[in-house]
Amino acid sequence: MTANSEIDMPAQTAGTTHSEETSVEPVIAVNNLNIYYDKFLAVRDVTMEIASRSITALIGPSGCGKSTFLRSLNRMHEVIPKAHVDGVVQLNGEDIYRPDVDPVTVRRRIGMVFQRPNPFPTMSIYENVLAGMRLNANRLSKPDADEIVERSLTGANLWGEVKDRLDNPGSSLSGGQQQRLCIARAIAVEPEVLLMDEPCSALDPISTMAIEALMEQLKDQFTIVIVTHNMQQAARVSERTAFFNIDEPGQPGHIVEMDLTEKMFSNPQEKATSDYVTGRFG
Amino acid sequence: MSQPVAQEKIRKAPTSVPDRLFSSLSQASAATILLLLSGVAFFLTVVGWSGIFGDIEGMSGSDSFVEYVGPLVFGTVYAATLALLIATPLAFAVALFISHYAPRRLAQTLGYVVDLLAAIPSVVFGIWGITVVAPLLSKNVYPWANDNLSFIPFFSGTASTSGRTMLTAGMVLAMMILPIITAISREVFLQTPRLHEEASLALGATKWEMIRQAVIPYGRSGVISGAMLGLGRALGETMAVAIILSPSDGYFWSILTNQNSNTIASNIALKFPEAYGLDVNRLIATGLVLFLLSFGVNMLARRVANSGFSGAAG
Amino acid sequence: MTATMSPPQSQVSSLTTGKMHRAIPFAICVFSIAVGVVGVYSIGGFKWGWMAIVAAHLYLLLVTIASRVIEDRRQATDRAMRTVMTIAFTTVTIPLISVFWKVIAEGASRFDRKFFTGSMRITPEDMLAQMEGAAVGGALHAMAGTLIITAIAGIISVPLGLLTAIYLVEYGKGKLAGAVTRMVDVMTGIPSIVAGLFAYALFELFLGPGTRSGLSGGVALSLLMTPVVVRSSEEMLRLVPNELREASLALGVAKWRTILKVVLPTAIAGILTGVTLAVARVIGETAPLLVTAGVAQGINLNPFSGRMTTLPVFSYYEYVQPGVPPETGIARAWGAALMLVMIVAVLFTAARIMSHVLKPKGLK
Repeated sequence: MTANSEIDMPAQTAGTTHSEETSVEPVIAVNNLNIYYDKFLAVRDVTMEIASRSITALIGPSGCGKSTFLRSLNRMHEVIPKAHVDGVVQLNGEDIYRPDVDPVTVRRRIGMVFQRPNPFPTMSIYENVLAGMRLNANRLSKPDADEIVERSLTGANLWGEVKDRLDNPGSSLSGGQQQRLCIARAIAVEPEVLLMDEPCSALDPISTMAIEALMEQLKDQFTIVIVTHNMQQAARVSERTAFFNIDEPGQPGHIVEMDLTEKMFSNPQEKATSDYVTGRFG
Repeated sequence: MSQPVAQEKIRKAPTSVPDRLFSSLSQASAATILLLLSGVAFFLTVVGWSGIFGDIEGMSGSDSFVEYVGPLVFGTVYAATLALLIATPLAFAVALFISHYAPRRLAQTLGYVVDLLAAIPSVVFGIWGITVVAPLLSKNVYPWANDNLSFIPFFSGTASTSGRTMLTAGMVLAMMILPIITAISREVFLQTPRLHEEASLALGATKWEMIRQAVIPYGRSGVISGAMLGLGRALGETMAVAIILSPSDGYFWSILTNQNSNTIASNIALKFPEAYGLDVNRLIATGLVLFLLSFGVNMLARRVANSGFSGAAG
Repeated sequence: MTATMSPPQSQVSSLTTGKMHRAIPFAICVFSIAVGVVGVYSIGGFKWGWMAIVAAHLYLLLVTIASRVIEDRRQATDRAMRTVMTIAFTTVTIPLISVFWKVIAEGASRFDRKFFTGSMRITPEDMLAQMEGAAVGGALHAMAGTLIITAIAGIISVPLGLLTAIYLVEYGKGKLAGAVTRMVDVMTGIPSIVAGLFAYALFELFLGPGTRSGLSGGVALSLLMTPVVVRSSEEMLRLVPNELREASLALGVAKWRTILKVVLPTAIAGILTGVTLAVARVIGETAPLLVTAGVAQGINLNPFSGRMTTLPVFSYYEYVQPGVPPETGIARAWGAALMLVMIVAVLFTAARIMSHVLKPKGLK
């Protein structure tokens, strides 16, 4: 990690491939981030900004490090033994990798939804939604808890389906429902940013549509970053898209280009991007 | 022309003589295991029978079998329970330390260290217990506990100056069963699905909160069955108790005195070498009781283990 | 796009509020140790145990309070639990170190020529020398006994256990296999003294009461060793990939040859490791031998008749009946204990190395 703990980062040295888009307030600003597994450099030199209240999609071929990058945004990367990063990731201008920052606080404010739905198997639907709240609130009154559960499940478009069986175990739901339960669990703690790591890859098309529709609603409240394998999905849901690539296996992944989604899919600046989005490789 | 030959070969192959020989040999071995175990129950019952129902005149002391074995069963269960109460929380913490707190690189070595504890012969634990643990406790802890806590029945009576008490025995037994409880708990803790751990961390849980949310619910049944297996082992542990405990006849609750109910196993070890006549049969009958006791506990442990995991797997 | 990069100051501190500087726990640690050492010393002199106990508890208390004040309740709990786990682990290593330390310190004095060449058939001259405090008597008879009885147990258990494991993995389906699996579970839990009583009862029925022999000791141990061998071999055989068996069978190799030539060689490292650990388990057994093989003063190499002493039994008797003066007997007990611990440690380490080195490539 860099010793640089200065707060006021002056103007971004804008990456060459960043286009001049409309001025938006970045919630997350990444600067020269290198991500390692032990000594292996998995992702090199990422600089990007993630706009508030919008959906940013990360696309790229397998192994290009987009999931690794996503996990480094809320310090979940370091959960893996010997994994570490250097560079700066700012949340509202504050470096989340500063030595005196507690990863717990970071994750509290940047929630995450995983590739495979992972509700806690020993908890009911109700308790699953509250899992994050229980950590913080000393005592959650029953009415408060009920309200949070309803609000979060409604927010995740799941309330109608489960309101009569909140005491059933979370694992009793279908895959798509479980994933929405996990989204409800993540938004219950009201994070600022929601990271989604291929949230639909384990789901059927109907459930995928339900999640995509949900994301559309959620972006009014949350900043969403989604990793996806599915280029149509990126095109459908996101405002901005970043394309990650890898030169050859064993080399670190890196960001090729980032721009408005529309432009990325119609008129990208880099040849690799257009090759990828037109399905020529990957 | 060639077809019948091929058919014949196919029919012949699975029933070739060496093949049949080998499979029956392995089957016979498996059957021997069944025979062995029923043999244990059978021979103990046959030889122990006259120890239970035989003429009391022929035995030392004038107790009926129930009167004889009662205090021993009490002592056995008491010592084992004490050991379990000491060992389980410790084993739980050690298992968590190894699985979730220690640096990954160290974890394997630390697991090896705890396993090594299991490999030390019980006679060594016994001699160590009486030369190191007993004097240490009787000098530093027992007088104090006796002075200040004697209103609790467990700490009443005259504190032993030799340290050959139920508490010392329980503590040494705890050291001996700790590795098995630790090993099983560690195993289930390590098997906690990564997804659940990460789900918890991503919600902003601290390490301990993650453990409470994801690891403990998943591993609970494993810890319980490990503890039960440890209990089974403590029930049957012989030498450490035989060397450490100063036994008396009767039921004693106090854990700080020289008067203690003996355990079945230790009683056999102490009396068997010098026993003759019906006394031998009676000792063997107590062995049968011990066998049934630990059999029951082990069965319970397996049941807990099997019932628990199916829930977590979903 | 860079216009709004500078966030308000209030937000800046939000990630770091209530994060304890890492020097604080360290300072508390140093302080606690100092208080523990000085405090205990001023009350009762150098008592390492009490110093450690005071320091550990003080650290636990202070770090929790500090975290509660500087950070919050959740962090305080987290730090407290982390400290508790660490203390628990340290607590467990202390007896382990103590056992080894004591056994080595007490046992090394008897690692002399006499110990390895003599038995307890002591000459009258030696008896007199013992009165003077000389170290006399040896454990050769016990070493021979341990070797013979363990070998008998191994000769019974290894083929029996291995063949049973082969049956369970390669042939076993249906009732017998299920029953055997359950019975092996039960056998694992048999108290060792019960195994001894079984062997005693068995031999008594055939040879009359009061029979003691090395053979019955070996039978008792085999009852303890067999389930361990079955379990570990079964596990190893199941690790052999099915593709290997199918490849061999598809070549027209008979099933028994497939097992002997393909399956067993693939699993052999694991099986050997399991057998070694099983030997390590039974070699330290005392109780079953106390009731089956008894105790003898001299060397007896015939397992079919007469009492036979093993190292653990020798150690036990020399401790509880040390003779006059007791020091010499107790020294012999420790000597035998040290020898046992060394044997077990060697077997244990050998098993570890074996499982690492001999592991065939391609098997995880």
